[in-house]
Amino acid sequence: MTRILRDVWYSLQEWLQTFGACQLFLIRILAGCPAAFLRPRLIIKQVHDSGVLSLAIIGISGFFVGMVLSLQAYNSLTRFGATESIGVLAALALTRELGPVVTALLFAGRAGTALASEIGLMRATDQLSGMEMMAVDPVRRVVVPRFIGGVIAMPLLAAIFSAMGLFGAWLEGVVLLNVDEGAFWQQMQDQVDVFDDVLAGILKSFAFGVAASLLAVFEGYNSIPTAEGVSRATTRTVVLTALSVLVLNFMLTAVLIGEV
Amino acid sequence: MEANTNAAGARQVGTVVGDNIVVIRDLHYSRGHRKIFDGLNLEVPRGRVTAIMGPSGTGKTTLLRLITGQILPDQGSILVEGRDVAKMRRRELYQYRKRIGMLFQNGALLTDINVYENVAFPLREHTDLAERLIRHIVLTKLHAVGLRGAWQMMPSELSGGMARRVALARAIAMDPDLILYDEPFVGLDPISMGVIVRLIRRMNDALGLTSIVVSHDVDEISSIADRTYLISDGKVVASGSPEDLQENCSAVVMQFMNGMADGPVPFHYPAPDYDAQLLGRDG
Repeated sequence: MTRILRDVWYSLQEWLQTFGACQLFLIRILAGCPAAFLRPRLIIKQVHDSGVLSLAIIGISGFFVGMVLSLQAYNSLTRFGATESIGVLAALALTRELGPVVTALLFAGRAGTALASEIGLMRATDQLSGMEMMAVDPVRRVVVPRFIGGVIAMPLLAAIFSAMGLFGAWLEGVVLLNVDEGAFWQQMQDQVDVFDDVLAGILKSFAFGVAASLLAVFEGYNSIPTAEGVSRATTRTVVLTALSVLVLNFMLTAVLIGEV
Repeated sequence: MEANTNAAGARQVGTVVGDNIVVIRDLHYSRGHRKIFDGLNLEVPRGRVTAIMGPSGTGKTTLLRLITGQILPDQGSILVEGRDVAKMRRRELYQYRKRIGMLFQNGALLTDINVYENVAFPLREHTDLAERLIRHIVLTKLHAVGLRGAWQMMPSELSGGMARRVALARAIAMDPDLILYDEPFVGLDPISMGVIVRLIRRMNDALGLTSIVVSHDVDEISSIADRTYLISDGKVVASGSPEDLQENCSAVVMQFMNGMADGPVPFHYPAPDYDAQLLGRDG
């Protein structure tokens, strides 16, 4: 029993140390952000790598999530004769929750792993040490542009996910299931609020962008410089980002709705 | 011609006694419970090629990391140009590193940019030179290592020897005072090794550099070094010219210089009794 308690205590200590180190790393990154904006080319490249290269998976996923939403909503709402509401249901689900959350999870799987493994391999092949030896701070030169690129890309990807989701919902509901198109769009226009729904979604995706990008660059930068170390960092990036996004989502939703 | 250069270099050593660019005193460094350095003393004369040799695992690369301030000693001082590296603040350390170049074992080239951009990297980061001037410097440095024609190639397209030559061009891009080589001959074929050996000597003499070469390739390093240090068990066990080391009668030095499998550095890693272990009686 004592041994179990001791192990739990050590694990807790280790977790707190890592959490603290991650916060200090964030402060270092934020300190380097103003200078990074003076070299926009580096940031644009990272927005391309994290954002543009994730477009296919985000777009296709959003499209099918929208179609499934529409199909499930139609199946349930038919019993109440309210099938015209599938538009507003899909729009609210996508903008408030599914857009930011699913995009963040997909981002962690596509761009987060790429960031963590790229930085981890740079560590393993002495590229980061080489930069330090050339008096170039690798955090400012490598980490900060990637972090900013991820933070910029995430809200844009979430918006594209939601737009593709709405397109999927429209195609499934209006074109395939013959729901009235006028009602589909009209209810959406009446019920979806720009501030409470759309802006809340953008705010969430921004927060998820910070969390996902921070965890990816932190894990990559602090990975053990071996094949196993880089592999572990990549796995940890996905797991920690998924957990963080889901916990953050609940906290942000509670704050935005104002109830717990 | 080269022999003359070495002879001239050897003559100059006598005139620069006391003019050391790096002075290490009573250096202690441990990693975990393992002592890497235990009171190491060493001087690197300005303008010369100094070789640091020793068996694998004696901390040769660690010594370079200490000299460059990547890690800090537990005790003792590392003076470079009279200033203690361990006491430098981050900004001072970066200013100091602008004046030194380092060649890593694997070259450490940035893999997402081509040869030209790799050599231009420190110039772009630290200077506001016009693109024309950067181009001129990069091509000059690449020409010096014989790879001007490879300026468009990506690091993944280079052989091991070529990658190290590009890394050497990058290391001298900022015209450093001191250049450190970490195992520059590892994994190279005889031709590439010969090229790197000649380049180290030629760069040192032509550019007026001071070179520290960490290696365990006795023949190659002996052919270009002005002074050699042999490190074992955390201390300098022998120093002097390569000829002095060849004539040294110490058991450790003889084992290393003649490549003997067993001696003061044992062939077997410490282990329990062989028979007892085979019979499962080692507990």
